[in-house]
Amino acid sequence: MAEKQRLVVIGNGMVGHNLIEKLVENEAAQQYEITIFCEESRLAYDRVHLSEFFAGKSAEDLALTNGDLYRQNGITVRVGCAATEIDREQKIVVADNGDQTPYDMLVLATGSFPFVPPMPGHDRARCLVYRTIEDLEALTEAAAKSKVGAVVGGGLLGLGAAKAVKDLGLETHVIEFAPRLMAVQIDDGGSAILRSKIEALGVQVHTGKNTTEIVDGESAFHRMNFADGGHLETDLVLFSAGIRPQDALARSSGLELGERGGIVVNNQCQTSDPAIYAIGECALWSGRIFGLVAPGYQMAGVVASHLAGDVAAFTGADMSTKLKLMGVDVASIGDAHGNTEGSRSYIYSDQVDEVYKKIVVDAKGDKLLGAVLVGDAKEYGSLLQYMLNEIQLPEHPDDLILPQRDGSAAVGLGPDMLPETAMICSCHDVTKGAIVAAIDDGATDLPALKTCTRASTGCGGCAPLLKSLLDEELDKRGLEVNTDICEHFAYTRQDLYSLVRVGQIKTFGELLAKHGSGNGCELCKPAVGSILASCWNDYVLQKPHFGLQDTNDRYLANMQKDGTYSIVPRVPGGEITPDKLIALGQVAKEYDLYTKITGGQRVDLFGARMDQLPAIWSKLIDAGFETGHAYGKSLRTVKSCVGSTWCRYGVDDSAGLAVELEHRYKGLRSPHKLKFGVSGCTRECAEAQSKDIGIIATENGWNLYVCGNGGMRPRHGDLFATDLDKATLIQYIDRLLMFYVSNADRLQRTSVWMENLEGGLDYLRSVVIDDRLGINAELELQMQAVIDSYACEWKAAVEDPESVKRFSHFVNSDKGDSNVVFVRERDQIRPAVDAEKESAEPA
Amino acid sequence: MLTIHTSDQRWVDICAVEDLTPEAGCGALLEDQQVALFYLPNQPEQCFAIGNFDPLGGANVLSRGIVGNLGDRLVVASPLYKQHFDLRTGACLEDESVSVPCFSSRIVSGRVELATTLADNSSG
Ligand code: SRM
Ligand SMILES: Cc1cc2nc3c(=O)[nH]c(=O)nc-3n(C[C@H](O)[C@H](O)[C@H](O)COP(=O)(O)OP(=O)(O)OC[C@H]3O[C@@H](n4cnc5c(N)ncnc54)[C@H](O)[C@@H]3O)c2cc1C
Ligand code: SF4
Ligand code: FES
Repeated sequence: MAEKQRLVVIGNGMVGHNLIEKLVENEAAQQYEITIFCEESRLAYDRVHLSEFFAGKSAEDLALTNGDLYRQNGITVRVGCAATEIDREQKIVVADNGDQTPYDMLVLATGSFPFVPPMPGHDRARCLVYRTIEDLEALTEAAAKSKVGAVVGGGLLGLGAAKAVKDLGLETHVIEFAPRLMAVQIDDGGSAILRSKIEALGVQVHTGKNTTEIVDGESAFHRMNFADGGHLETDLVLFSAGIRPQDALARSSGLELGERGGIVVNNQCQTSDPAIYAIGECALWSGRIFGLVAPGYQMAGVVASHLAGDVAAFTGADMSTKLKLMGVDVASIGDAHGNTEGSRSYIYSDQVDEVYKKIVVDAKGDKLLGAVLVGDAKEYGSLLQYMLNEIQLPEHPDDLILPQRDGSAAVGLGPDMLPETAMICSCHDVTKGAIVAAIDDGATDLPALKTCTRASTGCGGCAPLLKSLLDEELDKRGLEVNTDICEHFAYTRQDLYSLVRVGQIKTFGELLAKHGSGNGCELCKPAVGSILASCWNDYVLQKPHFGLQDTNDRYLANMQKDGTYSIVPRVPGGEITPDKLIALGQVAKEYDLYTKITGGQRVDLFGARMDQLPAIWSKLIDAGFETGHAYGKSLRTVKSCVGSTWCRYGVDDSAGLAVELEHRYKGLRSPHKLKFGVSGCTRECAEAQSKDIGIIATENGWNLYVCGNGGMRPRHGDLFATDLDKATLIQYIDRLLMFYVSNADRLQRTSVWMENLEGGLDYLRSVVIDDRLGINAELELQMQAVIDSYACEWKAAVEDPESVKRFSHFVNSDKGDSNVVFVRERDQIRPAVDAEKESAEPA
Repeated sequence: MLTIHTSDQRWVDICAVEDLTPEAGCGALLEDQQVALFYLPNQPEQCFAIGNFDPLGGANVLSRGIVGNLGDRLVVASPLYKQHFDLRTGACLEDESVSVPCFSSRIVSGRVELATTLADNSSG
């Protein structure tokens, strides 16, 4: 076998890792013996989404690889090991532990480091930066001791960091040297709106401030003194004032550098030494550093093909970006400032809803040169395509940004109008042609398309465009994904929901006659049963509804393996009086039921025969209990912690709120079960972040988390809105839940539902908070109707002789089920196993 | 409906039609056998009866399943693990080697009757 060439890569950041992926993909990885130096203590992770660490993502969630890629391809990674020297004469890299690694080819992917202005005091304790997971850990630790935080830098990274400081619960200040925020990407008009939106979120913005020194504070840990004589007291300073290329190795080994740093590269990303490449944020191409990930990936692509013996060239990269800064959409495309000669712009500014949009067009008004969008960036995708592909603008270019009020379709840009070469996903360099080819090869849904093209797995900005391209291509091919609920209805659950609501349909029979065929089955019947209950909230055991219910709903209890049932009375918020606790015990004792505390803060009584259920429930109802819906696709429990009433850390009455919410939403039938949690402070003893709806008390109100769950695929909830008063909190929950009920698939929990919503969390926010669909009033009314028509199903059942009759095990006998046999274990009953049954007497 | 009368078959009175809930099942005792009895008033047969014991789940629960059709077969889905049993033959659709007993039924002057056979009696 021919000697393999030795390739050394220094840096395992986003771009260094991407290079390896590309080398594996184009199979050049086989030709080289590859060694990687990774200075950080972990393999490459997603720096772009670093802030999500504070929204509950773990280091594993952010990881770009679990190491399999390296192991499977025989690649050596030295984790936690920095390269300290390059001997270009002997072609050797020296590591911090003294190891020497020879190379034939070397790639520098060392990224950049945060720029910290060298003012006196910049190195005090609690003066931090924001680039690595370790930085975030240090920030969390410092924040725990702080009340006030100041971020130095009002650019893209600074505002991202400010959000983190805010989320950590600190009073937050942003200090910007320039007269406005995000001076590089957006213009004055956009900046003004951005500032006002950010200030409305409670972040204080100080522009035109030059910090001269940081000294001991009086009321806080630090005092920052400004050149204009003013000062700010803060407990923590976070520097986010730009980046500097990490070019120390190149400098010490004599490679050509730019005047202000950065490793000079040519179009093949080669440095002044042709055996050494530089890519990503350390590379200086044509006098420019690219501080975004997509250009870095393009450079990685160029080097990967060069190493494989092909020629490709880096010819610059588009720096357009779309971001969410503190919840505010901000996008900048191309020549955002209108610097091109003869260019002219159209501006739309709405100071009421705080939306700013500008497009810059060429002298003839034919082509789009740039754009700025603040407050609403939904046009980003199509505007970007207009610019990148030099598509002829419509007759009235301003139609592209003016609001559509008469219900007419927006003047967007259908994927149909794009050329094959149009870049759909710039993070991963995926063109329309490549996506169409993948669809031809059988990737006919979004997950498949994402896996095989990687489109939309980076910043996610291209997701809406990708989806509409897919839909259009499927449509063209006459392909349709079958989303029918079952053979009896050629509709999705969402369709059926609308048919029921709009057509005022009250029974399954009516729906089947009008819109279905056959007799139904165990898929459509419970789904329709649940829809009817969500819409009209009729008693689920009424004759026409009885047969639709799953056995658990039919008998208002959970069937166990031996055909007996368990009983879970509601214990709102987990709060229970001693009398009620005694009553539970008495009933359990009388009927000899196995008794267990559940994971949902209530008590479960097992081993009741069907025929015993009405009598047991009559007693429970007399003792003041209601059904707990443990059997239903409906609200289960609102888990609480004890909260400020007792707990020395509590900042609000979480138990009280939990009880209130449980009473409000009990009985709401939904596509899947719903669980809430309410915690009284950030210690989060109620585990609210693992619930569909999670609420955590703050000094200023309640933080709302949504779409979390435990179970088979645990997911932390996403922070949806902060510092809400109770009325707003309830309003948001009403809307969100009713939107879920109207919109989700059968047996789809809120997490999966939200992940599948086009536009995800942002879209959900825009519907629930900004009323993007104009349906909120309706959703609130629908919820109110459900709340107003609540009745305890068990109370209704025991009061109705017709219902009670259905609980007998035999229609023609009072006998019980002879196959139900118990034995005793740890002082309680349990179902007998087969061997035990043979020797035992029937129960 | 097609009912095969054999000489050792007897009809046993079970209950009144009004005792049944349309489009659902209930348990019934046919001598000492546990039977799942379904009332589907829109079908020509109207009543169907199969064994109540779910051989896969190991409990007397089939009467509590949801009824419907899969293609042209009328079925009940077991409430335990959702396998389907044919209401006309007792065969399990998911596993050919499994089936439950099947009983003839009829409605005579508002009363539901189930047929049994000596063979069934003796093995019960
Ligand atoms: C009783 C209980 C276990 C216990 O002894 O603690 C329990 C028991 C059952 N769980 Fe659970 N779950 C119980 C708490 C949980 C929790 C913990 C929690 O709520 O804090 C979880 C994880 C949290 C979550 O749901 O996000 C949980 C995740 C599940 C899942 C998986 C859901 C998922 O999305 O992955 C199922 C299956 C399903 O619902 O499809 C399930 C289903 C079931 C069923 C209904 C299975 C069944 O159909 O027979 C069990 C029957 C209960 C019964 O007979 O009463 N159970 N189950 C708990 C009842 C809580 C209550 O008071 O209502
Ligand atoms: C908070 C934050 C938000 C961002 N948001 C966005 C965004 O929304 N969109 C966008 O496009 N970009 C964003 N970026 C920028 C993006 O993360 C960078 O462009 C990208 O990470 C650059 O990749 P890189 O591999 O060049 O550098 P890095 O990811 O920094 O990787 C360089 C690695 O090399 C290591 N290294 C350095 N020297 C050595 C040595 N001598 N030996 C061994 N290892 C060494 C470093 O420790 C580091 O791990 C963001 C950055 C941050 C910090
Ligand atoms: S974890 Fe499994 S076994 Fe335990 S209660 Fe939940 S569903 Fe039943
Ligand atoms: S453009 Fe970033 S994921 Fe596609």
